[in-house]
Amino acid sequence: MTTDAATLPTAAAGPTLWGRMMKGQTGPVCVMLIGLFVLWYVGAVFMNMPGQIDRYARAKQDWTPLQLVEATLAQDRPVLPAPHQVAQEMYKTIFATKITSKRSLVYHTWVTLSSTLLGFGIGTLLGIVLAVGIVHVQTLEKSLMPWVISSQTIPILAIAPMIIVVLGAIGLKGLIPKAMISTYLCFFPVTIGMVKGLRSPDHIQLDLMRTYNASRWKTFAALRWPSAMPFLFASLKVAIAISLVGAIVGELPTGAQSGLGARLLAGSYYGQTVQIWAALLTAAFVAAMMVVIVGLMEKRVLERMGVRA
Amino acid sequence: MTLQAVVNNVAPMAASKDVVVDIQKMSLTFQTADGPVYALSEVDLTINKGEFVSFIGPSGCGKTTLLRVIADLERATGGDILINGVSPQQAREDRSYGYVFQAPALLPWRSIERNVTLPLEIMELSKEERLRRAHEALKLVELNGFEKKFPWQLSGGMQQRASIARALSFDADLLLMDEPFGALDEIVRDHLNEQLLKLWARTNKTVAFVTHSIPEAVFLSSKIVVMSPRPGRIIDVIETDFAKDRTLDIRETPEFLEVAHRVREGLRAGHSYDD
Repeated sequence: MTTDAATLPTAAAGPTLWGRMMKGQTGPVCVMLIGLFVLWYVGAVFMNMPGQIDRYARAKQDWTPLQLVEATLAQDRPVLPAPHQVAQEMYKTIFATKITSKRSLVYHTWVTLSSTLLGFGIGTLLGIVLAVGIVHVQTLEKSLMPWVISSQTIPILAIAPMIIVVLGAIGLKGLIPKAMISTYLCFFPVTIGMVKGLRSPDHIQLDLMRTYNASRWKTFAALRWPSAMPFLFASLKVAIAISLVGAIVGELPTGAQSGLGARLLAGSYYGQTVQIWAALLTAAFVAAMMVVIVGLMEKRVLERMGVRA
Repeated sequence: MTLQAVVNNVAPMAASKDVVVDIQKMSLTFQTADGPVYALSEVDLTINKGEFVSFIGPSGCGKTTLLRVIADLERATGGDILINGVSPQQAREDRSYGYVFQAPALLPWRSIERNVTLPLEIMELSKEERLRRAHEALKLVELNGFEKKFPWQLSGGMQQRASIARALSFDADLLLMDEPFGALDEIVRDHLNEQLLKLWARTNKTVAFVTHSIPEAVFLSSKIVVMSPRPGRIIDVIETDFAKDRTLDIRETPEFLEVAHRVREGLRAGHSYDD
């Protein structure tokens, strides 16, 4: 007992800054990030090296290893751009360009984001409606569920051009067709999650509602819907991320002029690898932010539902 | 005594005004993949207004099923059953009973108060009325002061009390309780038994109570129904006349032990050991 009491305070004060950092999230995340950057730089040097040596040879120029390394990290069209090149490109196109300009990545991001959010909204609604139908109408479960599942076995890359062409033929261009592709992808996790969620109340709770002679609607509102909330948010996190994928894919087959997909496509046409990577990282960042926002909404809703902190 | 003789012994009189539950020759057979399961067979039973009736028997004797038939959570496949003179379905639609399950079954996202008002919301009472009744019901189970707490902040015994308050909140005269204290430890159970008895004495409700504890059944009941499995049937009905304001102390009295002995004998006689 006494030894415990004596060692406890020192143990609490003991860990160094490093120790405390590694105990939480910060330390491990930083270590991973640094490791990733080192790998990336090493990769960039080695992948760009053959091209650079070639170039020196053609220009009949002498070079030292140090010069070579420096040059591999500063090419115009590297095989693998270095992180600082991507960062410079992102800074230039996000902060240093007017957002109304076609060169602004903010502009392109907004184009993609708007159809992402529209598609996500429609897809979520559709997903919930389908789930409610499947849970409440037995014939729907048998007739609809196989279609819901088989819809996702078709590669989106195959179906995206068809949607764009068909909708284009009836005069729908731009935002709506892309949003449709997002919808097509993101209703699925919502339906699956909500079917499970709306069925999550246990027998005893359903019996309880029955003893109150509660209507289906009241059972839904008081029991099924609140029970499904954790399932809904888990699904929404998946749905929002693939909704962005859907919007980007929707921009690829038409050779769209704007959007992150268009930047990826244009970048690959002209060998602008730095531009591709900048668009790619921006898309990843946007997806992460959207998942974080859904996570915050989840936290708020569940807190109001009295979930243990 | 043959089974038939026992059944005749307890066969109910013609339904009078004070009969709350009237069951005659009621059977329930579940059709399963392995063939029919005879959950209840030829059950005759009357519960009068103001009685506290316990159903006791080993697992599989159909005591919970019997309670669920009364509550219209299961349908009898034979015989007659009337609750307050109408069919169980009609009685359920009239909300003429409150049901307490084995588990509290509180909705975790609702505060205790809003759990108790749940049936009142479904019955579309006004908000003031809902709160007034919830307050009253929570007072009956001595949970006033815990209105704003969430279920997880309460102990198991308190949660079950909240679920009893919920069953009391809409003032049904019949209270159906399915092993409500089965999951609680003995000390809490004793305490809740005393509380429940007081509540029954005060409100004059009719209670049907499923248990597999002999002392609990004898202590609480004015009528003990002893049941036996395969097929589920009633083998003895014992009436007791302990004072309504009895305390746990009566468990030491010879009268109490005598009744407990008769229950135990009944259980032993009805139990088949061949399976």
